[in-house]
Amino acid sequence: MSGRVLVGVKRVIDYAVKIRVKPDHSGVVTDGVKHSMNPFCEIAVEEAVKLKEKKLMKEVVVVSCGPQQSQETIRTALAMGADRGIHVEVSGKDYETLGPLQVSKILAALAKKEDAQLIILGKQAIDDDCNQTGQMTAALLDWPQGTFASEVSLEKDGIKVVREIDGGLETIKISTPAVLTADLRLNTPRYATLPNIMKAKKKKIANVKPADLGVDLTSRLEVLRVDEPPQRQAGMKVETVDDLVSKLKDAGKV
Amino acid sequence: FLVPLFSGREAETTQRGFEHIRRMKSQRMITRRTCSSVTAPRITTHYTIRPRDKDPRWEGVEMERFADQADVVIVGGGPAGLSAAIRLKQLANEHQKELRVCLVEKAPQMGAHTLSGACLEPSALTELFPDWKERGAPLNTPVTEDVFNIFTKNHRIPVPILPGLPMQNHGNYLVRLGNFVRWLGEQAEELGVELYPGYAAAEVLFHEDGSVKGVATNDVGIAKDGSPKDVFERGMELHAKVTLFGEGCHGHLAKQLYKQFNLRENCEPQTYAIGLKELWMIDEKKWKPGRTEHSVGWPLDRHTYGGSFLYHLNEGEPLVALGFVVGLDYTNPYLSPFREFQRWKHHPFVAATLEGGQRIAYGARALNEGGFQSIPKLTFPGGLLIGCSPGFMNVPKIKGTHTAMKSGILAAEAIFPKVTAEEADSETAGLHVPEYAESLKSSWVWKELHSVRNIRPSFHNPLGLYGGMIYTGIFYWILRGKEPWTLKHRGLDAHQLKPAKECTPIEYPKPDGKISFDLLSSVALSGTNHEGDQPPHLTLKDDSVPVARNLAVYDGPEQRFCPAGVYEYVPVETGDGMRLQINAQNCVHCKTCDIKDPSQNINWVVPEGGGGPAYNGM
Repeated sequence: MSGRVLVGVKRVIDYAVKIRVKPDHSGVVTDGVKHSMNPFCEIAVEEAVKLKEKKLMKEVVVVSCGPQQSQETIRTALAMGADRGIHVEVSGKDYETLGPLQVSKILAALAKKEDAQLIILGKQAIDDDCNQTGQMTAALLDWPQGTFASEVSLEKDGIKVVREIDGGLETIKISTPAVLTADLRLNTPRYATLPNIMKAKKKKIANVKPADLGVDLTSRLEVLRVDEPPQRQAGMKVETVDDLVSKLKDAGKV
Repeated sequence: FLVPLFSGREAETTQRGFEHIRRMKSQRMITRRTCSSVTAPRITTHYTIRPRDKDPRWEGVEMERFADQADVVIVGGGPAGLSAAIRLKQLANEHQKELRVCLVEKAPQMGAHTLSGACLEPSALTELFPDWKERGAPLNTPVTEDVFNIFTKNHRIPVPILPGLPMQNHGNYLVRLGNFVRWLGEQAEELGVELYPGYAAAEVLFHEDGSVKGVATNDVGIAKDGSPKDVFERGMELHAKVTLFGEGCHGHLAKQLYKQFNLRENCEPQTYAIGLKELWMIDEKKWKPGRTEHSVGWPLDRHTYGGSFLYHLNEGEPLVALGFVVGLDYTNPYLSPFREFQRWKHHPFVAATLEGGQRIAYGARALNEGGFQSIPKLTFPGGLLIGCSPGFMNVPKIKGTHTAMKSGILAAEAIFPKVTAEEADSETAGLHVPEYAESLKSSWVWKELHSVRNIRPSFHNPLGLYGGMIYTGIFYWILRGKEPWTLKHRGLDAHQLKPAKECTPIEYPKPDGKISFDLLSSVALSGTNHEGDQPPHLTLKDDSVPVARNLAVYDGPEQRFCPAGVYEYVPVETGDGMRLQINAQNCVHCKTCDIKDPSQNINWVVPEGGGGPAYNGM
């Protein structure tokens, strides 16, 4: 057993920033906008580091796919306790069309290459809200998946995962190797403090190209247009029920 | 008693559960105390007001800090701090010396907390990087047109900008200062400066002999009620031979240092203004790249100092930067700088440019207006002050970036021989470098600030604005500031407010949602955010003063001068009366509240690093 955990992290626009659609409607403005690690990815990193601290896993390898700036995100994960990083360089047009299918192919290839025992990802990214990468990666590797995990415990005969589902909580047991995706209540991520950021500068980040992993980045999807949601119309206050009915009649609703 | 307060979830009996229960309990008790109209509600939980060494919740918590040693530590990654860092590394490379320069900046990325008009005079930049153009400095918009108007409600009186007047901008560039700072950061990193954005300097450290030893960054993981969370970690100590403080206008550590080393005993108190700014994408037909517009007059009366700017940028898209400045020595507590800004935009001359456009950014920051008279003592054992923190803004020119950069350059040149010397030539453990102040006094910064020193204070005359303009015309334009007298400022801005009963409330028009907007949607555009579960960083020395004095005498002016809606007076939950609600998460780090609070009860301290606005090229 390698005892190696692979954690995927994504650099996304910070959740508090107001998004603006580009004037040509091809996407959103990202230039100079504040970015940070996807909150669910932070939770994934924290879980992996906790497993290492409990001596249940030996090494945490953090991966990010993206342009040069993704290295900052990897550096933050290293400061949280990951051992080394892998930056899969994807930039320009390729980065604009990068989606869960290509990322899961990359992660599957890396999992084989690094002989990973466990893959932990965030359940979804806050920019595209796809919620697909973990599931696709598991399918490509033919590994079991424990998604929306709010509790993970490694046991002798497998991993017990408590999942947050619509009906409540579901507890499953899966065998290893496996893919887990982190949900909000899994843990509270630690801060990347300055001494750890300084130490992280000495940790290794390997550079890999998708072609080296035999992954084809062509997208099966084409984004036709991006628009802002329609402006919410102001409501109207009415005094009586008769008033309401007459207003509805005027608007042709009844 | 315990049962009705908690739901089943919280009543777990794990260690975590008990911790949680204990925290919930103290939160409930705080809420109950807040509701009581008998005792003053507890608002401030920050450890600078409620020390942790006597606090039972902090018993047994590890408070030891990791420490590291650098040659020079710089607090603040603005034009001054970065210029100093760059100059130090340039000198180190020139003289082939090793020099460890560490710079800490509270913004999550360089430029994210930078806000300015801005019309940049490239003099200091050319000194720092003669090849700035080849290096790709984002100075893309040379000024092509300079327009100055006195606004009345519906009309304007153009004022010719004769050569020699301070507002003349030929040779200057309209820049997005945040992008310029980001570029400076890249240059600094290339030269080997260690930049640490996202880490705020929270505490000044001292040697036993009283000299400055360095700074400590902020602690993380303290809950809103002041207790330690599971993820609590102490900040880090950065020790240096000399520490440069470049926190910008009204820095919180500088405020401490003024007291500690008595740096303000021979200068006037600093006076300030608040600047609010927006970025607009306008109709291409109205776009005139390089056009620089300034106005004074409406909507301010002639006794309230202030004015506006509107700059047409030339960066490939029809973007204009516009904003409004209000002197913080205003007297009417009903004045709202934000709402003055919003209504100014409706002036026909301005609305014509903005019609059909879209607002894409908003922010605000205090700026210095004290100039020459308010420059404090600049050096002390172990450290020195650079940039807008001590304050080198040329007020009539409304430019402070070039002087800030120059002060950073001079600081670097003064300290370099001392930090690289074999033998430390200093009486104190932290190096004292009075040479910095001397070189500043013989530089163009001093001459420039001296020549415009009387323009701002000349405003305080019976004719107000018009008196000031007449004074500028005679004494600056004709006599170049050589008059032998130096006018005084009025005193502390915080003491200028008249009681509410002596003033008339101002009727502001409702925002129309197209040109003018409400406060909260504006704050959302600043991208500001803070970790919610931390003690409010707007600390009050005395929690009872807001209602007892600010509200009672001045009708709560903080509700109006805060450009981010942090302060709200709301009715208490039970009983009669009001309480102050501090929405710390909204804060855009402008520092206006610390400056203008008539009771000087608000002490702005730095929140967890990485929080605050997320300006993009402001």
